[in-house]
Amino acid sequence: MALFRFKQKEQTPKIKLVNLHKAFGRKKVLNGLNLEIYPGESLVIIGGSGTGKSVTLKCILGLLSPDSGYIEIDGRRLDQLSSSDRAEAIGQIGMLFQSGALFDSLSVWENVAFSLLQNKKIKKDEARKIAVSKLAQVGLGRDVASVYPADLSGGMKKRVGLARAIATDPSVIFFDEPTTGLDPIMSDVINELIVSTVKNLGATALTITHDMNSARKIADRIAMLYEGKIIWIGTVKELDKTKNPYVRQFVAGSAQGPIKTEIKANQ
Amino acid sequence: MHFLKQKLEWRFVNKLGRVVLNFFKATGELGLFTIETVYHCVTPPFYGKAFLRQLVEIGFYSLPVVALTTLFSGMVIALQTYSGFSSISAEGAVAMVVLISVTRELAPVMAGLMVAGRIGAAMAAEIGTMRVTEQIDALSTLSTNPYKYLIAPRIIAGIVMLPVLVLIGDIIGICGGYMIGVSKLDFNATTYLMNTWEYLKPMDIISGLVKASVFGFIITLMGCYNGFHSQGGAQGVGQATTNAVVSASILILIFNYILTEIFFTI
Ligand SMILES: Nc1ncnc2c1ncn2[C@@H]1O[C@H](COP(=O)(O)OP(=O)(O)OP(=O)(O)O)[C@@H](O)[C@H]1O
Ligand SMILES: [Mg+2]
Repeated sequence: MALFRFKQKEQTPKIKLVNLHKAFGRKKVLNGLNLEIYPGESLVIIGGSGTGKSVTLKCILGLLSPDSGYIEIDGRRLDQLSSSDRAEAIGQIGMLFQSGALFDSLSVWENVAFSLLQNKKIKKDEARKIAVSKLAQVGLGRDVASVYPADLSGGMKKRVGLARAIATDPSVIFFDEPTTGLDPIMSDVINELIVSTVKNLGATALTITHDMNSARKIADRIAMLYEGKIIWIGTVKELDKTKNPYVRQFVAGSAQGPIKTEIKANQ
Repeated sequence: MHFLKQKLEWRFVNKLGRVVLNFFKATGELGLFTIETVYHCVTPPFYGKAFLRQLVEIGFYSLPVVALTTLFSGMVIALQTYSGFSSISAEGAVAMVVLISVTRELAPVMAGLMVAGRIGAAMAAEIGTMRVTEQIDALSTLSTNPYKYLIAPRIIAGIVMLPVLVLIGDIIGICGGYMIGVSKLDFNATTYLMNTWEYLKPMDIISGLVKASVFGFIITLMGCYNGFHSQGGAQGVGQATTNAVVSASILILIFNYILTEIFFTI
C-alpha cells in the first residue's frame, strides 16, 4: 500500500495548494500553506480548533478566495481558468460540511438527490431510489427519506450530509469532521464507508478530523495544520514514530506541550 | 486639554471617513450584485419550479393585503375629494380623482410598500438563514449557481407579479371609490361609471404598471441582496430583514417620484 502510494508521487497531484495566505481582518488564518494531494489517496488533516482547516477546504472550493497563493486541480491553476472551466473542475468535488448545511426547505431524499435532480435531469423515481440507497450506506432507513432535516438529530443530519456528498459518486470528496457527534459504532461505519468509497470509486478523499481513531483508520497520509502552515505530514506509521513535539502533543491529547491553548495564552 | 481636543477631532474625522468609505463600499457591492443578478436572470439554466413557487408566494399570498389597502385607499379618496370639491360639480370630479390617484399613485405605491413588508422581509430572512447555515455554500458545491437557483427566480417573479397585483388593486380601488360614491354620497351609479369610463386613459394604467414592475425589482433585489450578504447568525439575519424592508420602502418612494417625473412632465 505504502509503496503504491509512494509511486504516485511522480504523478500530477489531484489537488495542489501553493503558498496559500488568508486573513480575516487582522487575524491571519492561513499563512503560507502548501499541500499536495495525489489521485486515489486519502489524506487527513488534523489540527487544533480554529486553526483554519475548514477555511482551507472552502478556499479549494472557491467559497473563499485566498489573499495570495494559488490552487491547482489536475495541474491547472484555478485562478487562471475561465469561470465555466473552474466550475467544472470544482464540480467534481463532493463536500460534507461541518454543520451539515442541509437545505431545510427540502426533504431528506430531495437533499441527497439534489444534484441528480438539478443537474443530471434524472427522473424523480430513479433519483429517489438512488437517494434511498445512499441513505442506506450511511445507516439511515427508508423511513427517514421523506422527513425534513429540522426533525433529525445532529448525528443523523451529519449522515444525510454525507449521503448527499457521495450521491453523485464524485471523484474527489471532502469530509469536514465526518464522525463528530456520532456514537462509536456509527463512527466506525462511517470510517469504513469513507475507506470503501476511496477504494471502490478510486476517489480522492480529504478529511478533517479531531478523532485520531478515525484518522488512523482512513488515512493514507496525515497532515498537521498549525499556525496557518502544514507543519508535519506523513503516514500513520510515521505518525507513531515522529519526534515532532507538536504532533506528539496533539496525538496524545495532552495540555502540556508546545501548542499553547488559549487559556494559557491569556494568562 | 488641547491634546484631548485634538484626539477627539481626530477620532471624529476617523469615524466620518469610515462611514463614507462604508457607504461607497456598500453602493459598489450592491452595484456588482445587481449586475451579476441581471446576468443570471437572462442566461440559462432557468429553474422553472422555483420560479412558479415564487409567483404563487409573491402574487397569490399578497393578494389579500393589496386588495384591502387599495380598497380603503379608493374609499378614502372618494370621501376626501367630495368634501373638497362639493361646492363645484362633485360627481365628475370624484370619479376622475379616484381613477387618476388610484391608478397612477396609490395602487402601485401601496402594493409596493405592502409587498416590501411581506416579501422583502421573508426573502431576506430565508436567504440570510441559508447564508449563515452554509446552505448557499452547499449549493455551489452541488454544481448549482446560487444566483440562478435562489435569486433569479425571485427577481423575475417580482418583476412579473407586481404589475398583476397592481392591476387588481386598480380595479378594487376604483370599486372602493364607486361604493362610497353610490352608497354614501348618493351619486347616480350609471353616471359615476360613465364618468370613470370617460376619464380612463391607458397611459394612467400603464404608467402604474411600469412603476409596479420597477418596485417588484427593487423589493426582490433588496430582499435577496441583504439576505445574501448577511453574516453572524440569528442577529445578522434579523438585521438583514430590517435593512431589506427599510431600504426597499425608501427606494420605492424615491423611484416613484422619479418615474412620475419621467411619465407626466416630459
Ligand atoms: N467567514 C469568516 N469570517 C471571519 N472569520 C472567519 C470566517 N471563517 C472562518 N473564520 C475564522 O478563521 C479561523 C479558522 O476557522 P476554521 O473554521 O477554518 O477553523 P477549523 O480549523 O475548521 O476549526 P474547527 O476544528 O473548530 O472546525 C477561526 O478563527 C474563524 O474565526
Ligand atoms: Mg472546521
